[in-house]
Amino acid sequence: MLKTIGNWLDARVGFRETFWPMLRHPVPRSLEGPMGWWYVFGSASMTLLLIQIVTGIGLALVYVPAADQAYESLLFLDYRQPLGWFLRALHYYAGSGMVVMLLIHMTQVFLHGAYKYPRELTWTVGVVLLLCTLGMFFTGQILRWDPDAYWGLAVAGSMAGRVPIIGPEIVHGLLGGDVIGGDSLSRFFALHVFVIPAALFAFLALHLWLVLKCGISAPPVPGIIVDPKTYDAEYEKELKTGVPFFGDALLKDILFSSLTVIAVVALAAILGPKGPSGPPDPTLGGVNPRPEWPFLWLFGLLSLSPPSAETFIILAFPVLVIAALFLVPVVSNRGERAPSRRPIAVLIVIVTYTALGALTYEGITSPWSPKMTAWSGDPIPERIVLQSTPRRLLGAVVFQNKNCRNCHALDGLGGTRGPDLSTIGTRLTRDQLIDQVSNGTPGGGNMPAYGGRINPAEMALLVDFMVGLRSPNQPPAEAYGLSPTVETKEAAKKP
Amino acid sequence: MTDYKMVQLTSALPPVPPCIASIPPSAPRRSFLRWITGLCGTVASAVLGLPLVGYFLARRKREVAWVSLGSIEDFPVNETRMIMFDSPLRQPWDGMTAHTGVYVRYEGRDEQSVDRFLVLAVNCAHLGCPVSWFPQSGLFMCPCHGGVYHANGERASGPPPRGMFHCVWRIQDGRLQVQAPHYPTLQDTLDGTV
Ligand code: FES
Repeated sequence: MLKTIGNWLDARVGFRETFWPMLRHPVPRSLEGPMGWWYVFGSASMTLLLIQIVTGIGLALVYVPAADQAYESLLFLDYRQPLGWFLRALHYYAGSGMVVMLLIHMTQVFLHGAYKYPRELTWTVGVVLLLCTLGMFFTGQILRWDPDAYWGLAVAGSMAGRVPIIGPEIVHGLLGGDVIGGDSLSRFFALHVFVIPAALFAFLALHLWLVLKCGISAPPVPGIIVDPKTYDAEYEKELKTGVPFFGDALLKDILFSSLTVIAVVALAAILGPKGPSGPPDPTLGGVNPRPEWPFLWLFGLLSLSPPSAETFIILAFPVLVIAALFLVPVVSNRGERAPSRRPIAVLIVIVTYTALGALTYEGITSPWSPKMTAWSGDPIPERIVLQSTPRRLLGAVVFQNKNCRNCHALDGLGGTRGPDLSTIGTRLTRDQLIDQVSNGTPGGGNMPAYGGRINPAEMALLVDFMVGLRSPNQPPAEAYGLSPTVETKEAAKKP
Repeated sequence: MTDYKMVQLTSALPPVPPCIASIPPSAPRRSFLRWITGLCGTVASAVLGLPLVGYFLARRKREVAWVSLGSIEDFPVNETRMIMFDSPLRQPWDGMTAHTGVYVRYEGRDEQSVDRFLVLAVNCAHLGCPVSWFPQSGLFMCPCHGGVYHANGERASGPPPRGMFHCVWRIQDGRLQVQAPHYPTLQDTLDGTV
């Protein structure tokens, strides 16, 4: 019976003739060996994409993309809708997993030279897929509509506003109006749910078609060189002894994808949904907006760059990175594929990941952000005020009150924007301290000039406190005979 | 590389019957049909495409809306306060996202005994984060990258390329009013000064 229906359908649809050969297309035999494990990351990210589609549809059943209701609907999902919290968590961790898998997949393809002839276009389309996925990540973060989303949008708007001439138009287009609000949210909802997914699916279809059309590259062997003239014939010969994809080769994919799914589900179940971090009220204080993790490196790079290079980094750097990725197969589409024969490729990967890692770490710790509550929240370590003179105690109060702690830590407690001042008494003399506090960093650097904001009595107390900031067995800066230059003395007198 | 899949795919389709290929085209009719198709196609694309492009690229006219922040007597001289209000530029469905604040400082009267106010947007001129006012040290500090501004809104230190954004204000019937601020950026400030 079933067979009859199947035959009836197949006579009309022609499944057996078209799709069956696709599934059974031969792949190089060596994929059956341990090298085959390198080929599982692309399919794993596709599996995660399937999770994203299903969970995304599920979330759309409850989520309200309106500025006044989005937050409530997220809370409803988290606390009232059965398993709503799980779907939210899964959507976040499967999305994160997708980025991770894509990065590993691309790294593998890069290291194994699989992007070389005839698979240049497959790589290029893959880069587009990475961009789509990152676009999904950013737009998805906005849909969380908490202070991070609001201020993330503000930062994105300010960045876009730096584009010469048409900047204001772009900002208006990005925010969907003159202020950040319901229009902005609807815009990002449309992008996240309609526009980017449509592009993603279209390019994914193209990517898969190209994989079928050009075949899966054999694991690289040192000494075997890609030459566009001879490659096709060699590959064809290789496939003669190949194995069908829909067979043992697929087993590795399925096993790894299953493990990935288990890991993502476990993460979601254990860690729970991400945010919303608070109601979307822009007048609530205490915000410290951070981008999502795939963008932390950019946040770090931006914050560490000198202000003069900043607009360049904001506007040109992403374009250059994307262009470089696109151009990879143009720069080298022939020659050796084995990483052992391509030291430069290996070096590029190492340098890139080291830089990304270091910048992401900087982005997490973000030492350039003042700690806005430190002046009132972080106590002066006991060791420093123990057995202090009354003048030094008063100086400590001035130190707290003038918000110095927001940027300067004592014994590691407080902001890290400026240097830790626990031992400043060994480095700067009284006069140098007065100069530094009154005039700030010369040329409008990182420290503001406190000259007009602190009276002479407060200054005297403050400096009394600071010259004593050293451990008892360390000599004060004066002891080294470090005396301020005439200019700084003059400058110190000015306020 | 053989296109073995392509072969499989195309072989499923029947070949073009020779009878269709060999019909002699009646030239004038055929070319008229082509011409009219091209014309209709162009018109259809235009009447469909232009309004769509217009819709997507349209920019709503920027409203000028004045918000009253309170009577002059409410503001002590040389004291900075944050005044909050609901932005009139909001959509009805904006909810608490429409909450907006500006920093107001009454600077007393000038020589012509005109009241002077300083009204500053909360957005940092660097990348738009909300700055906080610290009356103890008389500084605005930004939580994002450590930009600092003086009480008069001028840049004190850190990455911001300029001072804070000044809102447009006026005094009407003894009350301070401010033009509802749009989201300010370097090229699109609140008072037109770049
Ligand atoms: S946004 Fe204020 S310092 Fe960067």
